Amino acid sequence: MRLTEHPILDFERVRGKEITIYFEGKPIKAYEGETIAMALHAAGIRTFQHSTKKHRPRGLFCAIGKCSSCLMKVNGIPNVRTCITLVEEGMQIERQEEKPALPKTTKPPKWKEPPRIEADVIVIGGGPAGMMAAINARDAGAKVVLLDENPMLGGQLVKQTHKFFGKREQFAGVRGIKIAEILSEELKRRNIEIFLETSAIMLLQNGEEKLVVGVRKNKELIEFKGKTVVVATGAMERMIPFENNDLPGVYGAGAIQTLMNTYGVKPGDRVLIVGAGNVGLILAYQLYQAGVKVEAIVEAMPKIGGYFVHAAKVRRLGIPILTRHTILRAEGKEKVERAVVAQLDENWNVIPGTEKVFEVDVIALAVGLRPSIELLHQVGCQIKYVPELGGHVVIRDSRMETTIKGIFVAGDSAGIEEATTAMLEGKIAGIGAALAAGVASPEWLKEIEKAQKELEEFRSGPFGRKVLEGLKKVVVE
Amino acid sequence: MNEIPKYLREGYLSVEELKKYVGLPSEERLRQRPVAVPECPQEIPCTPCKEICPTNAVLMEHPNAVPIVDYEKCVGCSLCVQICPGLAFFMVHYIGDKARVTMPHEILPVPKVGEKVVLLNRVGEEVGEGKVVTVIPREKSKGDTPIITVEMPIELAWDVRAVKVVRE
Repeated sequence: MRLTEHPILDFERVRGKEITIYFEGKPIKAYEGETIAMALHAAGIRTFQHSTKKHRPRGLFCAIGKCSSCLMKVNGIPNVRTCITLVEEGMQIERQEEKPALPKTTKPPKWKEPPRIEADVIVIGGGPAGMMAAINARDAGAKVVLLDENPMLGGQLVKQTHKFFGKREQFAGVRGIKIAEILSEELKRRNIEIFLETSAIMLLQNGEEKLVVGVRKNKELIEFKGKTVVVATGAMERMIPFENNDLPGVYGAGAIQTLMNTYGVKPGDRVLIVGAGNVGLILAYQLYQAGVKVEAIVEAMPKIGGYFVHAAKVRRLGIPILTRHTILRAEGKEKVERAVVAQLDENWNVIPGTEKVFEVDVIALAVGLRPSIELLHQVGCQIKYVPELGGHVVIRDSRMETTIKGIFVAGDSAGIEEATTAMLEGKIAGIGAALAAGVASPEWLKEIEKAQKELEEFRSGPFGRKVLEGLKKVVVE
Repeated sequence: MNEIPKYLREGYLSVEELKKYVGLPSEERLRQRPVAVPECPQEIPCTPCKEICPTNAVLMEHPNAVPIVDYEKCVGCSLCVQICPGLAFFMVHYIGDKARVTMPHEILPVPKVGEKVVLLNRVGEEVGEGKVVTVIPREKSKGDTPIITVEMPIELAWDVRAVKVVRE
């Protein structure tokens, strides 16, 4: 179930030392640097827990720490997010059944003053937006600290094996994985302090001062104090309603990319993809590259929503795209064994008698994302529902500053778009935060204007129209 | 509501659509030397093909414009095929009763020069057999994408856009 050969990626090079972890007492091979969920998958284990009421099997869904479907008992501690927790030699992993309790021997940690990290700008999130914010804030003269709950920098770039669009100075023609490497290097070159495996669980403000409460590796409390904060927490995969959509084997598209592109684990043998936007189309191509059969891509809209060129790429490899089709149900006992799809009429109703059955063990949902705004919501930023941007987003000005002075937003957490626009927004927010912290010279305004112009240009085509409509509703001066 | 173009319902271009959206080189030009043909009919924010072209043969009024190739200016260098993030550029060259089509190939295995390959059309159907005449490996490609040139019967030049390598 592990990939050894790949046209783009070299897994042998990145795999760490082989170690052993234990699943319900049985030894399992794992590699240092991979997460528990990935190692379990490589060993063919897909059911991670059972639901408390109806005892239904549950498995991985988002693979980036944003949902609760991979929670397991690790070394006796329940509710560990196995998708972002790294394996360690001798780890004891158990399925979570019923309502999990802490082991009786567990004592609350002794109170002690948490370490306090001070900076001008605190960046939450190490994806394209967060990394660009940190780099630019640093260049503008700020002391910057960045935290991310994942074990590696790069956000979703680390699984983007395809080449980016846009202009060459915006990394067009370069693969996302390479962009992640370049930006990580830039961060390190600037000696920006980085906290990985650190979840921001609270964002507070006390007058001009901002406080971020972080938890490192599920146990260590850290306080980050800053003059300004950039929230670049990304997005969360959407789910759609259909029968048995909770079966193990129904994944968010991003989870499949994480499995096969970040960790080199084959997600399954035969896949049905729901959604022909860019994510679904790119995923199909990547599955083919990994040697996995894609039975079809189904799309409820009457046309392909993603870039045509991505569609052409998968069509010429023989992968069908069925527009005006939807998934009716997943079938299977412990995991996905089949998917049933059907055609839709012009009023989006299922046409009886058009059902098709695909023998698949994986159903990939590429049905969109919604911005992760929890921290912004909690600190009290003004929020608005803007469907064009993917859901609830925060009101902000043209420098990405929210309705709370000193709190900035960038990337998918500001509205669902591309990594290219996330990087540009990150640049604007980073410089904006450095200016607001009072450490950047006004010269930097020119760089903000330059990035704003590039954003405008990128969004000026037909694909940017919807986003522009959405932005009209949330950008205030 | 506007009529949805067929290529957006089906996910591939027919040769008629290709003619309509980007135009095709003349037979005479196809015989002179390889010529780059963009199969990119949609306005997307993307410009590497234009930026990399050494002879300014890729025309684009704004970053979202559909790339149009000035076939007379094109020298057939294949840089656009190498860099295109959408893997949407191809080169075609007529030689006698054969055609040579240059295409990106990001799938394993990458065929070797001289190797016979199965030819796939725009919907992935097997339409014949061709011979690989040139391979630019990933390390030498400007866009990190291996590209191959495949010789095939001339009548397949406008259908074949991918290959399958079948090894025993």
